[in-house]
Amino acid sequence: MSDWLPKSAAGKRWLGLAPSYLIIGIFMLVPMVIMGVFSFLEPNPYGGVKPEGSLAAYVKLFFEYDLEDNLVFNPGYINIIFRSFQLSIGATLMCLIFGFPVAYYITLQPESKRNFYIYLITIPFWTNLLIRTFAWIIILGRGGVIEAPLLAAGIIEDSLRMMYTDGAIAIGLTYSYLPLMVLPIYASLEKLDFRLLEAASDLYANRFEIMTKVVIPLCKPGIIAGCLLVFIPCLGAFIAPNLLGGGKKLMLGSLVQFQFASARNWPFGAALSMLLLAVVVIVLVFYARSAKNRAAMEGGA
Amino acid sequence: MTSAIDVRGITKIYNPNSNHPVKALDNISLTINDNEFFTLLGPSGCGKTTLLRLIAGFEQVSGGEIMLFGDEIENLEPNRRPVNTVFQHYALFPHMTVAANVAFGLERLKKPKDEIETTVNRVLTLVKMKHLGDRYPNQLSGGQQQRVALARALAPSPKVLLLDEPLSALDLKLRQAMREELKQLQKETGITFVFVTHDQEEALAMSDRIAVMSDGEVQQIGRPTDIYEHPVNRFVADFIGDTNFIDGEIVSLNDDLVSCRVGSHSMFEAENSGGHKIGDKVTLFLRPEKINLSAVGETSSSDCRPGKVANIVYLGNQAAYTLDMGDGIEMTAQARPREDGKLPFELGDPLSIGFSARALRVLAQ
Repeated sequence: MSDWLPKSAAGKRWLGLAPSYLIIGIFMLVPMVIMGVFSFLEPNPYGGVKPEGSLAAYVKLFFEYDLEDNLVFNPGYINIIFRSFQLSIGATLMCLIFGFPVAYYITLQPESKRNFYIYLITIPFWTNLLIRTFAWIIILGRGGVIEAPLLAAGIIEDSLRMMYTDGAIAIGLTYSYLPLMVLPIYASLEKLDFRLLEAASDLYANRFEIMTKVVIPLCKPGIIAGCLLVFIPCLGAFIAPNLLGGGKKLMLGSLVQFQFASARNWPFGAALSMLLLAVVVIVLVFYARSAKNRAAMEGGA
Repeated sequence: MTSAIDVRGITKIYNPNSNHPVKALDNISLTINDNEFFTLLGPSGCGKTTLLRLIAGFEQVSGGEIMLFGDEIENLEPNRRPVNTVFQHYALFPHMTVAANVAFGLERLKKPKDEIETTVNRVLTLVKMKHLGDRYPNQLSGGQQQRVALARALAPSPKVLLLDEPLSALDLKLRQAMREELKQLQKETGITFVFVTHDQEEALAMSDRIAVMSDGEVQQIGRPTDIYEHPVNRFVADFIGDTNFIDGEIVSLNDDLVSCRVGSHSMFEAENSGGHKIGDKVTLFLRPEKINLSAVGETSSSDCRPGKVANIVYLGNQAAYTLDMGDGIEMTAQARPREDGKLPFELGDPLSIGFSARALRVLAQ
């Protein structure tokens, strides 16, 4: 046998896992480290970075220089971050409100039909997100699919001005990430023992109480997973905010994209990304902790 | 005696509009008395669980009425029926503690907090689970989960408690212990129990009355002794306990006894249950424990017939003997092992087989 192969079980395990470690390292850790380093450098006005250390990018998140070169508080970017949270939370709630009934409905179907419905849920992924978001411009836009018949019927006289609003962004985000809400909720509902629903109704629970006391608590892991899968990409989204928000209503993701593509301030873009990363990590830590508590609480003897 | 449940002409058809409608219950009528331990007994697929689910409200009747203490309930939602169910696989809420599971029904009924607490403590004490109130269901053994399921169903003080094969998932020893506890519990609470099982021994041991079902119909309703000693047809006789069936033809009869010819030349006398006439083809049935076995020459009773041991199945506290009585007649009988543990008869031993004509009963064919 080859002498260079590891002998111990631990060594063999490492060898087996090496390809995945390599991929995670090259494609995730290295870019992240580069972004982290960039965020502490000076911007090069022609794109890229100058190799000079600076905290300017992080300062810029909260402050700006006025005409006399004094550092003053600038709420502009904070507002964008705040708006991003608002819109992401809004979109996540909308996805939950629309996604849960869909997942529940699919679970109630005979087994032969369920896979077909799930297949339908995944159909939007076949087309590019950019193109699908453009479709919403046609739907929401001035004289678009919604407005045209209303105008023709004389129900409205002027445009509803639905485009380039927060509402349009929220609709776009909800549409984009709805399947990511439906799938994990379906996965946890599918495992639900429907005899528990009978037991609940036998014990005088009405339909509403069956939902709130039995179904929702039992598929909480799926709901939380779905919310995370929607909320996190919403925070970093830039296609829907750019196209449907018209580039004026910025979100964190579009701000990052703007820094790299147009403003040529890579360190600032990198600093914003680091901020986004920090938020996501905090959310995930809370999730992991609650999942651990739940496991400890309901863990088998 | 007031009736707790009155089932009147209940029919249940699954998939009535499809190409393959399935008739689960066919025009069933029965009355369950208040404070009674009533058992629905039958093989799987006989409709006993369907009947229970119709009473609980999980299924809709296709026809007929269900009365609960005089109120028509067959169109009510399950949560509006004052009955509770102990499910076959317990169906405990896995995200709630034992105490929360038991309190669930009381909370839905909007009982005051302190009353809920008292009741939960009381029923958990009743099923000897008070010390485990803070546990979650998956931290309990099967027997403990069974007790919690029982406590949860008893807590709202239902008018009738429905039990759907609650003991089937337990091991034998536990099952036997739970039988007595259930019977005891029924007496203590005074609640009417409707118990579904396919285990005839369980039914005989616990019930005040039993309804034997098969193919969506009630075959016989009666006390355990009625069902065991006087089954109305071959199905009931066969389903309950071990039985010898002997097919024959009535050749003569008087008020007390009928005489039947069996095989080519054997004659059997049996109790005349009435309604028979000469020439009727009938089935005689004889419980194995009613047969006395003795070695040839030991007894001189004229009732005895000769035979020999064709097969022995050893069961520990007894042995089942298959007897070859000639003329193509075989019967099963029982004998206890002797004090030294040896079986009283060996394979091929000639025997004298005694049974009274009173022990032989006639079933119409």
